[in-house]
Amino acid sequence: MSEARQLLDQPLPVGSEGKLAGGWWGIVALIVTEGSLFGYLLFSYFYLSSQAERHWPPEGLPSLLLPSINTAILIASSVFVWASEYCLARKRKRGSVVMMLVAIVLGALFVGIQLKEWSSKTYGMTSDLYGSLYFTITGFHMLHVVIGLVILLLLLAWISFRYFDEKRHAAITIGGIYWHFVDVVWLFVFTTLYLFPYM
Amino acid sequence: MSAITRPPSDSRLRRSPDIGQAPVGSDAEIRLAEIWESLPGWKGWLSTVDHKVIGLRYIVTAFVFLLIGGMEALIMRLQLAGPNLTLLTPEQYNQLFTMHGVTMIFLYALPILSGFSNYLWPLMLGSRDMTFPRLNALSYWIFLFAGIFMYASFPLGQAPNAGWFNYVPYSGPIYNTGPNIDVFALGMVLLGVSTTVGSVNFVVTLFKMRAPGMTINRVPILVWGTLTASVANLLVIPSVSLAFFLLWLDRQVGTHFFDVANGGKPLLWQHLFWIFGHPWVYAIVLPAMGIVSDALPTFCRRPLVGYAWVALATMATMLVGFEVWIHHMFATGLPAVALSIFGAASFVISIPSAVAVFAWIATIWLGTPVFKTPFLFFAGFVILFVIGGLSGVMTAAVPLDWQLNETYFIVAHLHYVLLGINVFPVVGGIYYWFPKFTGRMMDEKIGKWSFWVMFIGFNAGFFPMHLAGLLGMPRRIYTYSSRMGWDTVNLITSIGSFVFAIGVLIFLVNVAVSLRRGTRAGSNPWDAATLEWSVPSPPPAYNFAVIPHIASRHPLWEDRLNEGEGTGQSSLEKGYLLMEGRETIGTSPIDATPEIILKMPGDSATPFFVGLFLSLAFAGMLLHWWSFTGLMILSCIIALMVWMWPEKALAQRSPTDSSREAHV
Ligand code: HEM
Repeated sequence: MSEARQLLDQPLPVGSEGKLAGGWWGIVALIVTEGSLFGYLLFSYFYLSSQAERHWPPEGLPSLLLPSINTAILIASSVFVWASEYCLARKRKRGSVVMMLVAIVLGALFVGIQLKEWSSKTYGMTSDLYGSLYFTITGFHMLHVVIGLVILLLLLAWISFRYFDEKRHAAITIGGIYWHFVDVVWLFVFTTLYLFPYM
Repeated sequence: MSAITRPPSDSRLRRSPDIGQAPVGSDAEIRLAEIWESLPGWKGWLSTVDHKVIGLRYIVTAFVFLLIGGMEALIMRLQLAGPNLTLLTPEQYNQLFTMHGVTMIFLYALPILSGFSNYLWPLMLGSRDMTFPRLNALSYWIFLFAGIFMYASFPLGQAPNAGWFNYVPYSGPIYNTGPNIDVFALGMVLLGVSTTVGSVNFVVTLFKMRAPGMTINRVPILVWGTLTASVANLLVIPSVSLAFFLLWLDRQVGTHFFDVANGGKPLLWQHLFWIFGHPWVYAIVLPAMGIVSDALPTFCRRPLVGYAWVALATMATMLVGFEVWIHHMFATGLPAVALSIFGAASFVISIPSAVAVFAWIATIWLGTPVFKTPFLFFAGFVILFVIGGLSGVMTAAVPLDWQLNETYFIVAHLHYVLLGINVFPVVGGIYYWFPKFTGRMMDEKIGKWSFWVMFIGFNAGFFPMHLAGLLGMPRRIYTYSSRMGWDTVNLITSIGSFVFAIGVLIFLVNVAVSLRRGTRAGSNPWDAATLEWSVPSPPPAYNFAVIPHIASRHPLWEDRLNEGEGTGQSSLEKGYLLMEGRETIGTSPIDATPEIILKMPGDSATPFFVGLFLSLAFAGMLLHWWSFTGLMILSCIIALMVWMWPEKALAQRSPTDSSREAHV
C-alpha cells in the first residue's frame, strides 16, 4: 500500500507537455491512418499498372530534373521545421521564427513547382487511366501539402505571438511531425510515379 | 474560480497532485461538479463534450437507424410473404435491401457499439473523460449528418440500389445514372471521417487514460474488443473511403479507375472494398462479444473464465481477419472473396471464436446463474453464436460453398451472425447498463417477455431461411413463382420477422415505462465487479470525485476474491483530487503509472460547426455547387483554427508569455 502511495506522490507535469500530451499520440494515430490511405493509393497504382495492356506510362518516361529538385526542396523544408523547434527549445525565439518562415517559403515553392509540373503535362485527369492515377495521387499529396502549410502558418503565428517557450511547445512538435509525414510520403509518391517507370 | 489565487508559475507546469477524499456534498465535490457540468439550455446541448452524453446520443441515434432498417426489412418480408406479390417493384426492392444493408451495417452496428464504448470506457477505466472530448463530439455529429445524408435521396425514390457492397460496373456511371450511388459514395467518405476520429480517440484513450494501477491485463474485455476494432478501423477505413471516392470521381469527374473500356479494373473495387469489409465484420462483433464477456460474469456470480484467453482471442480474430483477405487474394482469385465473405471468414475465425464460446459456457457452468433479463439475452447470444458459427463453417466447406453461395442460406447465416452477435448483446447490454444510464431499473417482467418474443421470433424467422437456401432460393430476388416450392418457408419467415419486431416493440415499451416508473437503482444494483458500478447512477459529470487506484481486475469484488493480495487493495474513496479546472490523470501505456496531469478542454460548439460545415461541403459536392463547397471548406478550416488555438488554461502555452490572452 505504502509503495503504491509513494508512487502516487511524485510531482507530475501539467497539461500539454511534449510527447506526453494527448495530441502527440493523436497525431501519431492520424499518421498511421493517413499513411494507410497513401498505401492504398499506391496499391491501386501498382495494381492497375501491372495489368495495363498498353505501354506504361503511355506518354513515355517522365522527365526527372524538375521533380528531383522539387523533392530536395520539400526535404529541406522539413529540416527547417525541425530547426525551428530546435531553436525554440534553446530559447532562441527569433531564430525559431526565421526557420519556420524559411520552411514555409520552401513548402510554397514546392507547390508552385508542382503546379508548373502539372500544367506541363500533355494529358489530364480524364484523358486516360494513367492521367487519372497521376493526378489523383499527386492531387491527394498536394492537398496534404496545402493543409500542412496552413498548419505551419499557424505555428509561425503562434511562435511570433510568443505563445511558446522552451518548456511548452507541444503544438510545434505535433504540427512538425505532420509536416515530416507529408514529406516522407512524397518520397514514396516520387519513387512510384517517377523512378519506378525506369526500373 | 476567481477567488482562488493563481498558483505560482512553476506549479502551473509541474506539481504534486493532492490526494484526498471528496464524498458527495463536500466542498470539493461541489466544486468539481461546477467545473465539469455543461451549461443548461440549448447552448450546453450543442456544445457539451461529456462522453456520457455523447455515448447516449450515439446509442439512441443508432437504435433509431436499427428501427428504420427494421421497417425496411419488414416491408421486404411482406413482399416475400407469398409468391408473385406486387407490393414492391423490382427497383424498389433493390433500394430497400440496399438501404437495409447499408443502414444495418454502417449506421447501426458499429455506431451503437461506439455508443456503449463512449459511455463506458472512461467509467470502466477510472478516468474523467476520453482523451479527446471534442473529437468525440465531432465524431458523433458527423455520424449523424452522414446518416441523414445517406437517406437524402430515399424520399425521391432514388436511394442507393446496388447492394451494400456496391459492385462496379453496376454502380458505375454507365449502368447507374441517377444520384443514388453518389449519395452512397459521398456519405460513406463522410462517415469514414467520423469512424476514423472516433477510433483515434479510443486507441489513445486506452494507452493514456487508465486509472493508476490498471495495468494492461486488468482492463475489461469490452475495452479489448473496441481497441481491436479501432486499430483495424484506422488501418482499413482509408481503403473503403478511397474506393468510394474514386468511384465518385469516375462517375462525376470522368476518371477511369473502374472503367473497363479504358483499362480500368472493376476488380480494384473488390480489393479495396474487401480489404475493409473483412475486418469490418469483426469490428461490429468484437465489442459486442466484449459486452457479453464483461456482463455475463455478473449474473454468474464469478469472474470470467479464461480472461487472458478471451483477450488474446479477440486480437487473434482480427489478425486472422486480415490474413483471410491475403489468402484469398493469392489463392482463390477474387470474386470468391466477395461471395463467401461471411462464409470462409467464419471458418478460420472459428478457432478464436471457439475459445470465447468455451469461456462463456464455462463461466455459466462454474457459476451460479441468476436468471435476470440481461442474462437471458447473453445466454441467447451464446446459442445463436453457436448456430451462426456452424452454418458459417458449413458455407466455408468448398463443395457446399458452391451449392449455397448467393442463396438464402447466406442470408440466414449473416443474420444469425449479425443479430446473434450484435443485436442480442446490445439489447442485453441496454438492460444491464440502463440503471447506470438513467438511475432506474428496467422492468423484469416485461423484460422477460421481450426476450422470449424476440428469441422465438428470431429463430422462427431466420432458421427457415436456411431451408429456403437449401431449396435453391437465391438472395436479392423481389419475388418468386409458387412452382418453386418456397411458399411455406417464406411465409413462416415473414411471420417470424414480425414476431421478432413485436419483441423489439415490447423492449421499447419497457424502456419508455422504466424511464418514468422504474425502481430507483443504487450505484451497484447488480452487485457487479467493474469500476463503472462504483460511481452513482447516473454518474456525475466528473465521473470520479477522486481518481481511483486500481489493484485488481475486479475492484468491487476484492473482498470476496482475495485477488488484490500482494498488490494491495484498490482504493476508490481516496485518490487524486485534481480540481484546478477540468483535469484527469494520464498514465503510462502498459503499467498505468501516473505520468502527467492532463488538462481537459471545456465544452465547445466548434465540433458541431466543423461537422456541419464538412457535411455541407459534401452536400455541395453532390449537387455540384463548387463555390459553395469551397466556402464550406474554408469555414471548416476557420472553425478548426478556433478549435485548435492553444489555450493557457490548458497549459498548451507558456504560462509566462507576455502576449495578451488572444482569445478567439
Ligand atoms: C427484423 C429483423 C430483420 C429482418 C426481418 C431482415 C430481413 C432481411 C431481408 C428480407 C433481406 C433481403 C434478403 C435478400 O433479398 O437478399 C435482408 C438483407 C440483409 N440484412 Fe437483414 N433483416 C433484419 C435485421 C437485420 C440486422 C439487425 C442486420 C445487421 C446488423 C441485417 C443485415 C442485413 C444485411 C447486411 C443484408 C444484405 C443486404 C444486401 O443483400 O445487400 N439485417 N435482411
